[in-house]
Amino acid sequence: MINFSFDGKVYTAQEGDTLAAALLRNGIGLVGRSFKYHRPRGIMTAGVEEPNALVTVGEGGRTEPNTRATDVFVYEGLVAKSQNRWPNLSFDIGSVFGFAAPALSAGFYYKTFFGSAKKWMFYEYFIRKAAGLGNAPTSSDPDRFSQRAAFCDILVVGAGPAGMQAALEAAESGKRVILVEQDNILGPSLIRDGQEQDADWINAAAARIRAANGLILTRTTASGYWEHDLVTLTQRLSEPGQIPQNNVAQRLWHVRAGQVILATGSIERPMAFAHNDRPGVMLSQAVRSYVRRFGVVPGKRVVIATNNDDAYKTAQALKEAGAQIVAVLDARPAPAGANSGHRVYNNATPLSTKGARHCLKNVSALVDGATLEWDADLLAVSGGFTPVVHLHMQAGGTLDWNADAQAFVPAASRQNVTTIGGAAEPQPIFKMASVAKPKKSFIDFQNDVTLSDVDLAWAEGYRSVEHLKRYTTLGMATDQGKLSNMAALGRLAEKQGVAIPEAGLTTFRPPYTPVTMGLLAGAGAKDAGAHVRRLALYDLHAAKNPIWQPLGYWFRPRAYPISGESLAQAALREAKAVRNNVGMTDVSTLAKFEVSGPDAAAFLEIICATTVSKLAAGRGRYTFMLREDGFVFDDGTVWRLDENRYLLTSSTGGADRMATHISYVRQYLCPHLRVSAVNVQEHYAGIAIAGPKAKAVLTTLIGEEPPRHMSTVPAVIAGVPVIILAASYSGERAFEIYITASVAATVWAACEAEVLHIGGALYGLEAMEFLRIEKGHLVVGGEVDGRMTPHDLALDKMLNKAGGYIGASGLARPALAETGRRQLVGLEALEGDIPEGSMLVSNEGASPQGHVSAAAFRIIEGGSVALGQLVDGFSRHGEILIASSPTRGQKARVRVVAPHFYDHAGERYRD
Amino acid sequence: MMLIPCPHCGPRAQSEFIYERTVDSVVPLDAPTDEAMTKLFTRNNPRGVDDEIWRHTYGCRAWMVVTRHRVTNEISECRAIGPEALP
Repeated sequence: MINFSFDGKVYTAQEGDTLAAALLRNGIGLVGRSFKYHRPRGIMTAGVEEPNALVTVGEGGRTEPNTRATDVFVYEGLVAKSQNRWPNLSFDIGSVFGFAAPALSAGFYYKTFFGSAKKWMFYEYFIRKAAGLGNAPTSSDPDRFSQRAAFCDILVVGAGPAGMQAALEAAESGKRVILVEQDNILGPSLIRDGQEQDADWINAAAARIRAANGLILTRTTASGYWEHDLVTLTQRLSEPGQIPQNNVAQRLWHVRAGQVILATGSIERPMAFAHNDRPGVMLSQAVRSYVRRFGVVPGKRVVIATNNDDAYKTAQALKEAGAQIVAVLDARPAPAGANSGHRVYNNATPLSTKGARHCLKNVSALVDGATLEWDADLLAVSGGFTPVVHLHMQAGGTLDWNADAQAFVPAASRQNVTTIGGAAEPQPIFKMASVAKPKKSFIDFQNDVTLSDVDLAWAEGYRSVEHLKRYTTLGMATDQGKLSNMAALGRLAEKQGVAIPEAGLTTFRPPYTPVTMGLLAGAGAKDAGAHVRRLALYDLHAAKNPIWQPLGYWFRPRAYPISGESLAQAALREAKAVRNNVGMTDVSTLAKFEVSGPDAAAFLEIICATTVSKLAAGRGRYTFMLREDGFVFDDGTVWRLDENRYLLTSSTGGADRMATHISYVRQYLCPHLRVSAVNVQEHYAGIAIAGPKAKAVLTTLIGEEPPRHMSTVPAVIAGVPVIILAASYSGERAFEIYITASVAATVWAACEAEVLHIGGALYGLEAMEFLRIEKGHLVVGGEVDGRMTPHDLALDKMLNKAGGYIGASGLARPALAETGRRQLVGLEALEGDIPEGSMLVSNEGASPQGHVSAAAFRIIEGGSVALGQLVDGFSRHGEILIASSPTRGQKARVRVVAPHFYDHAGERYRD
Repeated sequence: MMLIPCPHCGPRAQSEFIYERTVDSVVPLDAPTDEAMTKLFTRNNPRGVDDEIWRHTYGCRAWMVVTRHRVTNEISECRAIGPEALP
């Protein structure tokens, strides 16, 4: 005996029960309320197609809403709650008012949205309260979801008799086989039908498959069929809401199969008649499952309605279990069912049901034109069989129409997939007459769509099946129309006066059954969503407890506050140290490429828009790169280390795309060049030392005169070979030192000792930002935002006159030379602080003429300054504008100036 | 997820590759402005076979031209490019 609770009350279940079986065992007929109309609903099926019995299972972070009671196996302590009812399941305000039924007919949302906004505002409150399914949990899931890749020769989906047989033959012929079954037992349909092969045969077959190294996965759903025979499997390692062993709740498999065999069987169809959604109306095969597999008899006085032979097996199972078969309503003419031993009515179709909230009491039917009634507590219906063709269709297959079964069956596919068993050859049925009274004849139970909704959509002009679907929401619930689509198609085809295959079909999309978001995220959830790269000098920084800032994939120190400093205080102190004395910072993340070979200069003059070949060995210069359309892509420096060896640096944030770009140009556009372009971004760690005393620090460190501005030399610091580049981003005399990352800590320690010894400081990204804004240096992603040409950034004088670089032809477009383009300007506040990201306007309410890309303040003198982009900005120096950020309620009057606020002549970084 | 036959590594999952661009969108280095803009902004989008440039970014990192049917995803050819593939 297993204890579980439903809506707070404790019940007992048998080992192996689904929640649905356990509820029926305890005589619970009312399980949920319907989505729109709040109609009482019970258990209708015994499988994943269940539209009605949706419950919330589990507690806290393990809560799983909208779980089909037929698709969760009861475990000790399972907690289930009904959904979409208030204040409780039996007494539900939504249904008592009954307000929804007339208002929420087909296309309600479209009609309301189309009407006045006021009407929607009125309805919205009630709709949001009334409509919907379960609530998503608010706390995070404590369990893990794993992912696994696998390969096999043959993947068999479905462990019914056909699937078991196929898997067995394949495994014993030496093929690598994976057999998956969404149920927790193999051959559930064999147990349900109890014929030909039995449980012993299943066990023996499973043992032989395993002995032949076949893999059998139960509780595993083939949820999607993708390109080139990749099938995703979702495996439940624990039941919904259950605490899993080893913390892993579910596993997602990516199986690449040589061949896929679909033995997915069929889903029984309901019948359309009035009040066919009442608890106590069940599918015939489901009833048989409950009787044979779970030992639960869901009714004592049973009416069976059918259009095929299969339902007689249900009648037989019920009779053996002691239930009374009151009537078998067979839609077929005599002599169908004549020898069954039951009271059979031919030419009989159900008309309506009566009953109370929890149960069925009466069934009426049209028999040979006359209306007959029976008292009954269970109505088992079989409207035929819909082959499960979802995976076949996801694989890009086509369908044939099987008129005998009134069903679509798999035809050709462009992938290596075959369908066998009941899914390929559904049982023949009798085509029933059109339902005369479509009101309250539900076809989509989960989304509360009736035949009369289909009729209404037709009357309002919706002809295509795709329009019908969207207008009525038919087939759009979590069951994806597993029970409803064929009934709707049939009705539509009737209206169109065509055969069903001509009415068209909607698309079958993965997943076959709902998949938890956590499973798709797998181990990549939460912090693992994006990888973090660590600086080579991470530990040295961490020991100083800096404020970190994400930059590209890295975290870099933003500032190193001491004794309770704020970020701004620390950054200002650090920036002042650079301006007055000396500072050092970690620049390891800059993109770096080593370009070598006889054609290295020619290659770089394709990548870079500036000249490179004129550089003498040991010299470097600023450079920038363009996209093919002529806009600035990135910028950096290029250094000629040797005759045929260059080092190219570019921005951290653009490092990956620059690496791809360089590789593309080398591999695709210039395979003939004799050049090697190697990404050495993380091979080298980088340290920048900047300030009036930087030269003195370097002299001490390398024991000789350091290189002059824009020169490079190899040197040795603390016994470690380094490359020294004399370049300045801060505007002061400065050096960048590049060291093999694995030995960089030694060099950092030596530099730090010397810098601190003469009263300097470490500085972070925030101080660097102050320094470069004051100096008017660009940032890719800030001033260089993908919309700026070299002209707009006043870089055009540096362009390679000979052309030949990427973007040269794009840049030649006449439109890029016209007036009215945004151009780089400096901005000085007349009072207050300039809000970063604000727009530049001539007066409040006027159209923006530009924006502020970066704001800071003068490090020594104080006062807010900024860089921005302004329409025709070059010719507007001296103009007064307003930098306004209405969303933040901040603004400042600014004067347009040249984008240099410090050492305009560039004297400080030269000797 | 497709299975792409990398000319260097053999068949590998699509997740190891990054699609870059179609061959017809490649701007030759010496293209005049008009041709470059046509390549960039008015490209073909055939409902059928097309030549695409992919990179085995999370594998051998080589570039290749994949001839793929846009509807069926059938890959009829995967050709190595780069210095090593020069005749």
